Amino acid sequence: MSRQPGRKQENHKISRELFVLTYGALVAQLCKDYEKDEDVNTCLDRMGYGIGIRLIDDFLARSAVKKCRSYSETAEMIAQVAFKMYLGVTPSVSCSSAAGNEFSLILDKNPLVDFVEELPAERASLCYCNLLCGVIRGALEMVHLAAEVTFLQDRLKGDAVTEIGITFLRKAEDRKQKRN
Amino acid sequence: MADEALFLLLHNEMVAGLYRAAEQGEGENGRCTTKLESMGFRVGQGLIERFTKDTARFKDELDIMKFICKDFWTTVFKKQIDNLRTNHQGIYVLQDNKFRLLTQMSAGKQYLEHAPKYLAFTCGLIRGGLSNLGIKSIVTAEVSSMPACE
Repeated sequence: MSRQPGRKQENHKISRELFVLTYGALVAQLCKDYEKDEDVNTCLDRMGYGIGIRLIDDFLARSAVKKCRSYSETAEMIAQVAFKMYLGVTPSVSCSSAAGNEFSLILDKNPLVDFVEELPAERASLCYCNLLCGVIRGALEMVHLAAEVTFLQDRLKGDAVTEIGITFLRKAEDRKQKRN
Repeated sequence: MADEALFLLLHNEMVAGLYRAAEQGEGENGRCTTKLESMGFRVGQGLIERFTKDTARFKDELDIMKFICKDFWTTVFKKQIDNLRTNHQGIYVLQDNKFRLLTQMSAGKQYLEHAPKYLAFTCGLIRGGLSNLGIKSIVTAEVSSMPACE
């Protein structure tokens, strides 16, 4: 009985490690297939997009959250519910523009790079976690929110934290008009 | 829990992406399967190391196979292997009647020819796990009716 909780947590950890290891093998394979970093980044982004458009269904089914009424609510939802659910971490959200359509998610612990020490020298501009950008972009598009998602800072490239920037492409005023 | 959705989707994207790239490039199907299998191999090696850190030493081959069927499969696919057969001379057949990676596809004959693509990664996973436990092996897979596979 007392062993049960420990075992479950271990299994959870292994499950996550399976995902992280698979992702690592995928990036390694893509690096072998493509010479240029931009190609690898694009490929990861495209794959992430494919995952995101399907993941949103799973997310909405599991979390049963209500409709978000503003961009900042959406960003908070992504950070506090989605990231927690799928990756087990909660990035902090900050709004970086006056118009209210640019947000940053700051991750101080990125589980995808658990087993990565550093990027190889010849792959200096590789965005290792570009899949995440694609996932967020795909998921948002399926709820009719067009957005651009990029990495602003990356710990693997020497920055202090990993920062993902989300820029919602339609202005907030347009949305208000639509509702009226 | 929610992680398996992520892994399933990632796996499907990987298969689709690799085959898409192959179509645009040289168009060699065999190489894609090899690539998927070798990716599975790397992952299997790493995973089995972390998994068996604290477990006791295995007595023999059959013990290892049982471990793979029960604990390993449960952790990766949330269920155990349904049937393990052996001829006691080095050949083992693992049968899974509801293989997680195939349940999302329709259970008819329509996609039977595409099913092996989705098994390549798992074959590599098993081969990698066994290799790190000291067993050299060849792993093949067969799908006769979805979603069961051997």
